[in-house]
Amino acid sequence: MAILRNDLVRLALFALVILTMPIWLAPIGAAYPDLMQKIAIYGIFAIGFNILFGMTGYLSFGHAAFLGVGSYAAVWSFKLLTMSVIPAVLFAVVVAGLFAAVIGFVSLRRSGIYFSILTLAFAQMSYNLAYSVLTPITNGETGLQLALGDPRILDRAFTDAGSGIPPPNLLGEELSGLSGFFFCAALLILCFYLAMRIDRSPFGMMLKAIKSNQTRMAYTGFNTRPYTLAAFIISGMYAGLAGGLLAATDPLAGAERMQWTASGEVVLMTILGGVGTLVGPVVGAGVIKYFENIFSAFHEAKLHEAFSFLPDGLENFFVTITAPFVGEGWHLTLGVVFMLIVIFLPGGLMEGVRKIRNAFTRKPASREETGRLAPAE
Amino acid sequence: MANAVLHVADVHKSFGGLRALSDIDLQVMEGTTHAIIGPNGAGKSTLLNVCIGRIAPDTGAVVFDGQVITGKQPHEINQMGVVRVFQTPEIFPDLSLLHNVMVPAFAKRDGSFRLNALQVTSRQTAIREEAEHWLEDVGLYKQRETLAASLSRGDKRRLELAMGLVQHPRLLLLDEPTAGMSRHDTNSTIDLLRKFKERGMTKVIIEHDMHVVFSLADRVTVLAQGRIIADGKPDEVRGNPVVQEAYLGGAH
Ligand SMILES: Nc1ncnc2c1ncn2[C@@H]1O[C@H](COP(=O)(O)OP(=O)(O)OP(=O)(O)O)[C@@H](O)[C@H]1O
Ligand SMILES: [Mg+2]
Repeated sequence: MAILRNDLVRLALFALVILTMPIWLAPIGAAYPDLMQKIAIYGIFAIGFNILFGMTGYLSFGHAAFLGVGSYAAVWSFKLLTMSVIPAVLFAVVVAGLFAAVIGFVSLRRSGIYFSILTLAFAQMSYNLAYSVLTPITNGETGLQLALGDPRILDRAFTDAGSGIPPPNLLGEELSGLSGFFFCAALLILCFYLAMRIDRSPFGMMLKAIKSNQTRMAYTGFNTRPYTLAAFIISGMYAGLAGGLLAATDPLAGAERMQWTASGEVVLMTILGGVGTLVGPVVGAGVIKYFENIFSAFHEAKLHEAFSFLPDGLENFFVTITAPFVGEGWHLTLGVVFMLIVIFLPGGLMEGVRKIRNAFTRKPASREETGRLAPAE
Repeated sequence: MANAVLHVADVHKSFGGLRALSDIDLQVMEGTTHAIIGPNGAGKSTLLNVCIGRIAPDTGAVVFDGQVITGKQPHEINQMGVVRVFQTPEIFPDLSLLHNVMVPAFAKRDGSFRLNALQVTSRQTAIREEAEHWLEDVGLYKQRETLAASLSRGDKRRLELAMGLVQHPRLLLLDEPTAGMSRHDTNSTIDLLRKFKERGMTKVIIEHDMHVVFSLADRVTVLAQGRIIADGKPDEVRGNPVVQEAYLGGAH
């Protein structure tokens, strides 16, 4: 394999940690497939986002559009072709890639904040189109769903229609529960591997050089546009894959997946975990999805329960001040955490991990900390 | 006489009301080192900007190797073999020194775009060795793993020199390559550049340091207020009263 030994170890470790999630997430009550699947899927989304933002420095505020497009593409594949997830996922990746090529081609004519605004505008346009003109494709507000009468040509060619809507399957095996998680986890590991290859490649080096000094690249003989466009398309395909997987694990696609808050979420995940690091985005996705799950499930009754050990007056007081941060208001918590991270750990959680590791190995003047030495290959 | 590698033909350039370049006609001969001197604000850097496609001239054209390059994209001009070393160091601050030099080496080998996402950078031995070789020549080999951002100004210029030389340019444009360097580093830079002269590389060099000019140049062009006021062999130019006055009247 054309990959370095250290990276092989890193990949193996990553795979081990991901595949054992059902074990080590159990003590914190997060080992149920639905959540783990989400973590894996958003991990893919964030890794892809980081290929654009982390490597080239181009901050897209519209990546949820590709997530949404991927979902629609996958559901259409279920409806028209077959309930097998492989074509659905492939179709999602290809369609999102094409979509990204068009949006990237236009948006990348600008850089910095103008680029961000253009991507945001495109995503909001897609969102609004999904609700209006494109209703025949997206089924508007109801969202695109499977129906008994769907053609499913490939499936019909081999079996009868059956009485109910069949669940998505992988090579004939029904994809639900843990098998759904392992399917997503396997793809996450593959995506991580590919991102690592890009990071270690001359192409990845050029992307980082573009981030570092784009004008210099032109005077060095590079046409930077195809590089940034390629990065944009690759990251759009990652988002499409994530969208396809969301549909594969729950065959339904709605326009809200394209909303700007969803685009913002992947930015938060990447920054929270650590921009430009390989694992950071996955960590960020995991942390956000985990806490979203916990905090959004909280409601007043639960808070009263949690603070019931306090005297009545105090209990009510604490419930009143914490209530805005849970349930629907969990984004408030996320906002606070995000601010704290950006202020105290601008390198994200990965920087925190690095600091702790350095403290333990007692290397006060370590490479990363002084910032004078480049990370080893 | 050798033929002209670079011909700046009748170039004019104004910024608003300021005539930065007027009526510039200049030929750089194959294999020579051509110095451009002049007081601050004379238009020297602007002239190089016109040559590499950073600034479009108002009128006139630049011809390289018999081809008009005015109007071409900067990366196309670089790919033709015209390489510039900037006055304020233009490096990749977030990359290691080694990668700073490997990036232009890749441009030379692979062209202006290549989707080589599945190659492994550290396995590109030929490119790495070439980059290391140039880092050694400019005296930065030991620091090759440090980030370029941490270098002193003088070291950044030497790094940029390596970035230029690794491309084996047909024409190297140097904008004050020794500014900010110690005497010692200046001398080793002169030695390095002289080595290339022996190998026949054509160079245009902008310098304030007369020591550098007279130890390297075959020909000197003097610019003042956007015009060529003198042009000739170093000794002829040195004795020229017009030149002396321009320098005394200028910012020096
Ligand atoms: N992009 C630009 N826009 C407006 N004015 C410019 C621009 N570039 C250069 N100038 C002006 O043109 C004149 C010539 O500048 P240039 O940088 O070419 O001088 P120079 O000979 O290189 O001087 P120095 O020795 O200080 O480097 C200056 O007055 C400068 O302010
Ligand atoms: Mg100048």
